[in-house]
Amino acid sequence: MNPPDASSQIVMRAKGLVKRYGQVTALDGADFEVRAGEILAVIGDNGAGKSSLIKCLSGATIPDEGEIHLDGQITRFKSPIDARRAGIETVYQDLAVAPAMSIAENLFLGREIRRRGFWGSVFDMIDKKKMLEESIARMNDLKVGIRSMTQAVETLSGGQRQCVAVARAAAFAQHVVIMDEPTAALGVKEGNMVLELIRRVRDKGLPVVLISHNMPHVFEVADRIHIARLGKRVAVVNPKKISMSDTVAVMTGALSVDQLPAELLAH
Amino acid sequence: MKNIISKLPSIASLGPFIALLLACAFFASQSDRFFSTQNFSLIFQQVMVVGVLAIGQTLVILTAGIDLSCGMVMALGTIVMTKFAADYGLSAPVAIACGIAATATFGLLNGLLVTRIKLPPFIVTLGTLNIAFACTQLYSHAQTITNIPDGMNWLGNILKLGDTTIGYGVILMLALYVLVWLWLRETAAGRHVYAVGNNPEATRLTGISTEKVLLGVYVLAGVFYGIAAMLSVARTGSGDPNGGQTENLDAITAVVLGGTSLFGGRGVILGSLVGALIVGVFRNGLTLIGVSSVYQVLVTGILVILAVTTDQMSRKGIR
Repeated sequence: MNPPDASSQIVMRAKGLVKRYGQVTALDGADFEVRAGEILAVIGDNGAGKSSLIKCLSGATIPDEGEIHLDGQITRFKSPIDARRAGIETVYQDLAVAPAMSIAENLFLGREIRRRGFWGSVFDMIDKKKMLEESIARMNDLKVGIRSMTQAVETLSGGQRQCVAVARAAAFAQHVVIMDEPTAALGVKEGNMVLELIRRVRDKGLPVVLISHNMPHVFEVADRIHIARLGKRVAVVNPKKISMSDTVAVMTGALSVDQLPAELLAH
Repeated sequence: MKNIISKLPSIASLGPFIALLLACAFFASQSDRFFSTQNFSLIFQQVMVVGVLAIGQTLVILTAGIDLSCGMVMALGTIVMTKFAADYGLSAPVAIACGIAATATFGLLNGLLVTRIKLPPFIVTLGTLNIAFACTQLYSHAQTITNIPDGMNWLGNILKLGDTTIGYGVILMLALYVLVWLWLRETAAGRHVYAVGNNPEATRLTGISTEKVLLGVYVLAGVFYGIAAMLSVARTGSGDPNGGQTENLDAITAVVLGGTSLFGGRGVILGSLVGALIVGVFRNGLTLIGVSSVYQVLVTGILVILAVTTDQMSRKGIR
């Protein structure tokens, strides 16, 4: 997959988002854009407005001001369910899976395939065989090496569970996959497994928004890095050019964006 | 080694069944009257009310809730259906439907308090337990209602199959178990009951309305308590304002003995039938060998604690 250039289509864009919680202004006119086929990392110190931004994009909170455009259309999400219906899937840090249920059931939870005809329409019966086949196909597609789709999610390692959550998001997202600290709870090997999967999701053409504190992970997979600071987007940088320490310096405010050479910024 | 561990839950689900067989073997060795078709038929008759209550209770416990009100709500159901028939001359089916409507209303009340005000099920149902008990006493004036139409006794009749006899009520109970088992296994709504008990937050985020699932479960549980009330009336031929007191905890005991986790999201409904039979076999067997009923209560208490301990231990084993 080619790294995205400025001509890549913008899939989701936000302009001038403001979110206040009482006296605290979490978002102070933040902008955002993610393009087709890229991994956009969103980084920022605590209180930079990173999670408020993501909550607005995923429908978990409603911004006080500002607009969100999805595929050129203005959208207003009232809940995460709304965002999901619009084709935005979010993977949460705390492993949002039902542990005692099988992988196949988790992949299709809330979107079960009904049986055809009478049994499906009248008795709401689900087509377990079809769901199993689809699960196998989708996991193979993303090269997730889990042997049996009928095993309970709790028998999997943390990394494998996160892979199930990522695969579910990738399978159903029409527009964007948002991942909130997907590797935070994982060890080195497991973290790499999830990063590899995130790349494969991107390579299938879905834009990925990756929120992470882990700089090595961000630099390993991101195509562009959105730096949040004091409720705004201060810069979008190119991880191929900029150093990790400069990025952290911009993030913490130790280095002003004006001091950065222009070629370090992403278009 | 890993293979053996991954198979452990399925062995654990056989546990209740093995316990039932051991209990039967023990009582058969203690009393020669235990192992007979008449006695087994009697055990099923004794178990049918608790068995149907346990269906409703299982649904609630699968969502990580608990319903302490089940027996008292059932008692109210028996009073409503018998008094409606006796006082207003309603036919048996109509009176029974009114009783089931009353228990379903209590289920709805439980469900609304749990989902809308977000109170813990334990506290909600502790409250409705008392409310249902008081309503029962007030409405019946603490009198047993016996002048009921013949139609209400019909389910207490017995079907002869050669040497064996089986009550119509028992057949109804078994049919309900199979139906609910299929519903939980094969329908999206049934799977959502498990999902809500497993991880409510994750379930909500997938777009399932967890409130609707919970509300549905409490109402459905109320319907099952009403059916249990109907069976109780058919079995005893009366509406008893003091009924449901042993059945209340026996139903919870049956569910827990049947291997359904009190932490929610795990369990098989057929286990609750086995659990109800374990309770029934202990009560029957201890009576046959002449142990006083106080010890029966003692034994059920010990059984519950053993079952919950096993549940707790097996969860730790998995994590």
